[in-house]
Amino acid sequence: MNNNEIPFWQDPKNRSIVFQVLAFVIVIFTSWYLFSNTQANLQRQNIATGFEFFTQEAGFEIGESVVEYDSSSTYFGALKVGFLNTFKIAVVGNFFAILIGIFIGILGLSRNWMVRTLSKTYVETFRNIPLLLQLFFWYAIFTEILPGLRQAMMPIKGFFICNRGLFLTVMADHPIWSWVIAAFFLGIALTFFANHFGLKRQAKSGQEFPIIIWGIGLLFLFPVLIWLLGGAPTKLSVPELQGFNFSGGYNLSPEFFSLLLGLVLYTGAFNAEIVRAGIMSVRKGQWEAAESLGLSRFKSLRLVIFPQALRVIIPPFTSQLLNLTKNSSLAVAIAYPDFVNIANTTLNQTGQAVEVVGLIMAVYLTFSLLTSFFMNWFNRKMALVDR
Amino acid sequence: MYKWTKNPESRSLPAGEAMAKWMKKNLFPTPAQSMLSIILFSLILKMLTPFLDWFVYDAVWLGSADDCRQASGACVAFIREKFTFILFGFYPREYLWRPIAAIGLFICMLWYSKEPSRWSKRLVRRWVVYVFLWILLMRGGMFGFELVPSNKWGGLPLTLMLSFVGIVFSYPFGILLALGRRSKMPVIKAFCVGYIELIRGVPLISLLFMSSVMFPLFLPEGVVIDKLLRAQAAIILFVAAYMAEVVRGGLAAIPKGQYEAGEALGLSFFQIMRLIILPQALKIVIPPTVNTAIGMFKDTSLVLIIALFDLLNTTKTALKDGNWLGFSVEGYLFVALIYFIFCFSMGKYSRRLEYELTTSRSH
Repeated sequence: MNNNEIPFWQDPKNRSIVFQVLAFVIVIFTSWYLFSNTQANLQRQNIATGFEFFTQEAGFEIGESVVEYDSSSTYFGALKVGFLNTFKIAVVGNFFAILIGIFIGILGLSRNWMVRTLSKTYVETFRNIPLLLQLFFWYAIFTEILPGLRQAMMPIKGFFICNRGLFLTVMADHPIWSWVIAAFFLGIALTFFANHFGLKRQAKSGQEFPIIIWGIGLLFLFPVLIWLLGGAPTKLSVPELQGFNFSGGYNLSPEFFSLLLGLVLYTGAFNAEIVRAGIMSVRKGQWEAAESLGLSRFKSLRLVIFPQALRVIIPPFTSQLLNLTKNSSLAVAIAYPDFVNIANTTLNQTGQAVEVVGLIMAVYLTFSLLTSFFMNWFNRKMALVDR
Repeated sequence: MYKWTKNPESRSLPAGEAMAKWMKKNLFPTPAQSMLSIILFSLILKMLTPFLDWFVYDAVWLGSADDCRQASGACVAFIREKFTFILFGFYPREYLWRPIAAIGLFICMLWYSKEPSRWSKRLVRRWVVYVFLWILLMRGGMFGFELVPSNKWGGLPLTLMLSFVGIVFSYPFGILLALGRRSKMPVIKAFCVGYIELIRGVPLISLLFMSSVMFPLFLPEGVVIDKLLRAQAAIILFVAAYMAEVVRGGLAAIPKGQYEAGEALGLSFFQIMRLIILPQALKIVIPPTVNTAIGMFKDTSLVLIIALFDLLNTTKTALKDGNWLGFSVEGYLFVALIYFIFCFSMGKYSRRLEYELTTSRSH
């Protein structure tokens, strides 16, 4: 026998194979054990597995919905409503949380002690209190403190606030409005494009691009032009008290608004801290270099500091985007009909625990993966390019 | 990074002059900034007065619910009335000294453990002894202590216990997951990555639902596991995934030479990890670990959704008392203050540690 031969057990290759096979067997065996127990338990309780319940009548009402729904709709319809409601709160919530984060984060670096301290106080207060508690608090303000419908407060004309939520004056229905909104979004895209093009030209020729003027033009004049073309409708839909409810206007339910407020203020505090740390991570020399080029403080921030800070900011921002989306599932505690809430009702009515919990996980995983893909793409775009 | 250092000159100045100089620099550097300071100051005053009116001048500190309803201020009497229930839930009133002692000891232990110089094996042993004391005090059933079953536990002790046990168990589990994720064995790596990403992709609430409605289905017939234990397991499984990512960051920061040096000494994989890599890696990630702990402390409030009586749920229950309806704002502000004190001091501690540990490394 050769003395140099490694015994079977001491060869790292063999050992690694044995470990892996062992791990695989343990995982498979555990899953099989749990699965067979579940099968047996379900059989004993006479619960059929599968997604047949999708086509059954749901039989419960949902407070608010962006698509048509009534209690005779199917469970699938109900879950779709929940999904869209989650999507709505995630998009609107993240939009405002990012705005607040950038705004408060920059204020946190102000030269003014008062501004700095206010920003810090906001951040420390809101991120150190559980979100669920904050949601209960805002919801209690609506249900307990605010007056009833008939005594609704009117801080601004045409804007009512009471225990049924917020009632806003909006423009009356007219086909042109959807075009105006589309024009506004197109304006945003064009402004981004113009900014990109302008900066490129400036890098090449040194010619400055008046992005602010162009931005105002694209963002406001363009929609106004469309509006004029559509006959300039000025009819307003004002909320008016009629009997037991307001008619006209746009209603934000207390559930939606409490959830939005809670999520935005909570996530905004984390975002602000990320923005502040990101800007601080840009070395002081960059500020000084920008200053010595004669750039104003705002311009140095926009053109020199912020693009560099973004590289530090984007990865933690991505996880905050996801956190807000996942945290929106706390809606179940204040009865906003989000996906988890409706799935929970479905679970209680049908008893399909495995399918429903699996569905909840699948939906949030999809949200997570989509956000990750988008943010990774954005991150690659912003990454440092060596010149 | 900016370093905010005090101006060395200002130390030698008399207090009044130093303050004037500080105010000139931080409040009134330019006319525009001065305007801003003055406007903000008056705004704060304007907001503060109604709050003081509500909380101090018009508040009812002693009295009944009716006194509160007639007054326009805060109902502190409600907090006084429900104080014990909010903090300790349904714990039998005659043994109330036991959770109080347990929490008091807990805070003493935390205070004692906060100096990095005291971190040693002896400290770990003291904590083990303390955990037995906690069980003895909270649960009883031995040495003449009356048994108090876990469904009577509630309030602050429950919240602290869920967080503490969550941290202690999720930490080693997270380390294993992080090592698995960096492993060269594809099967083990795939399992770890799959677990971490799956858990991080779903909300905690879905795991809690799983623990309350799905978990009983997993078990063979007749086996029942306590609801509190199931929720605790869900929290541990959830936080472990986040811990794993924190630890992975620390492992990635250790240069490859450290592994090779360990191998050159003839150490086995686990010896290298235990003696060389982990002590360095875990030290780097202490601050983010504390941040994860803060997040978990706040997240324990979610157990109210599966009807466990943690601090937030006892508050909610107190608010439902028919005699004391309508004082939600007071109740929530009170319990928010408790959460804030814990989270804020942990956050401050984390920043202090970050500072201390980085300076000691650069020497």
